[in-house]
Amino acid sequence: MSIFGAVWQWFANPAHWQGPDGIPTRLGEHLQLSAESVLLGAVIALPVGIALGHYGRFGNLAINISNVGRAVPSFGILVIAFQVFGLGDLPIILALTALAIPPMVTNSYVALREVDPDVRDAARGMGYRELAQLYRVELPLAVPLIMAGVRTSAVQVVATATLAALIAGGGFGRYIVDGFAQLNYPMTIAGAVLVALLALATELSLSGVERLLVPRGIRLLTAPTLRRASTFKVA
Amino acid sequence: MASRVFLDYVDPWVNWSWLGTHVPYVAAALQQHIVLTAIAVAGGFVIALPLGVVAQRSAAVRLPVLGTFGAFYTIPSLALFALLVPFTGIATTTTAEIPLIGYNVLILIRNVVVGLDAVPREVLDAADGMGYRPMARILRVELPLALPAIFAGLRVATVSTIGLITITAVIGLGGLGQLINQGLQESFHTPLVVATVLSIVLALVADVALATGQRFALPWARQA
Repeated sequence: MSIFGAVWQWFANPAHWQGPDGIPTRLGEHLQLSAESVLLGAVIALPVGIALGHYGRFGNLAINISNVGRAVPSFGILVIAFQVFGLGDLPIILALTALAIPPMVTNSYVALREVDPDVRDAARGMGYRELAQLYRVELPLAVPLIMAGVRTSAVQVVATATLAALIAGGGFGRYIVDGFAQLNYPMTIAGAVLVALLALATELSLSGVERLLVPRGIRLLTAPTLRRASTFKVA
Repeated sequence: MASRVFLDYVDPWVNWSWLGTHVPYVAAALQQHIVLTAIAVAGGFVIALPLGVVAQRSAAVRLPVLGTFGAFYTIPSLALFALLVPFTGIATTTTAEIPLIGYNVLILIRNVVVGLDAVPREVLDAADGMGYRPMARILRVELPLALPAIFAGLRVATVSTIGLITITAVIGLGGLGQLINQGLQESFHTPLVVATVLSIVLALVADVALATGQRFALPWARQA
């Protein structure tokens, strides 16, 4: 039987759709690990990036954190976290959060820096106070790039969460890692297909969220392609 | 956690005597890492340069090319390695390089397009007025002016690739990733820490080397 047929049979087997090793459970684990890490990362990274961009300070730091983040091997960080904190979700979430932070800091910094200085001056001239200017003028203009950073981080976290299976974590990576260990290639490939689909779904759904969050008047100004401040891939 | 680290773990983070006796072993992993990185970046560049030039000229090429490689770039490397193993074999360079080259193609195409887009219209008019044929204009006017953006792409591609190579340890290659994997399997900290640090250092050294190379190769583009 061809490998494609075997993979198809793996997906068709109802046993793979239930129980602690079933697709719904693994999907839940994968999404939970990823969502917690991205949220934690966003809570840390976005205020920092937005503040640095608003005040225009420490630009080198904000830009270079992505360059350094790109250089960090995600596999190494996961294993080090595992050696320090042992089994469980904690080391995985800490490692994923660390990887989620750099693109969000860099993109939100760039997003705030790219707000037209004339617009800032106009807002100040109209009597906006500092915070009102940030919330009602600068942030709406910065949403597309900030969200590009969140999307980049989220896709990388979903990808790196796959590696969590190597340190005994859950998620779709289990199928790949266990499939390799048991020489069960249909399972490995099924896991790879699931991981790929989940990454693409993350990218697409966050693009949708971005579209909802961008005010209508600004949508016309932004060209969608090549709009990302930085490419970032760690897994 | 501190109690665990200090009471239960007798294994130090870096066991220098192990490291002293395993220099050739670490150097071999580092060498494999560098070779795998060089293939991935060079392969990506060879594909991305002509594709980028064509994509910049024609929206009909640009949209599907960027869309296809953009989707490919989104797919995690572990998934692509796993998908390729039944076809290209486990622990083969082909299995490792197809995803990595594909990722680099996307990074580099984007930068080629951005670099070519930034060439001023007047420069193109002047080149046409001086009688440059299309191919000569691309090779001798447009690409040299796009080189700063292309170098920027090469730096991002190289640094990303150095990190990603470690994941190929899962399919039996890995360069420094082998040592990370050994650290995981044996709960032995030294190879894990040494390989992670070396991978970061290698990426930063490569980045600085490319930036320096750019300064020497493009004296006209030196920024203040």
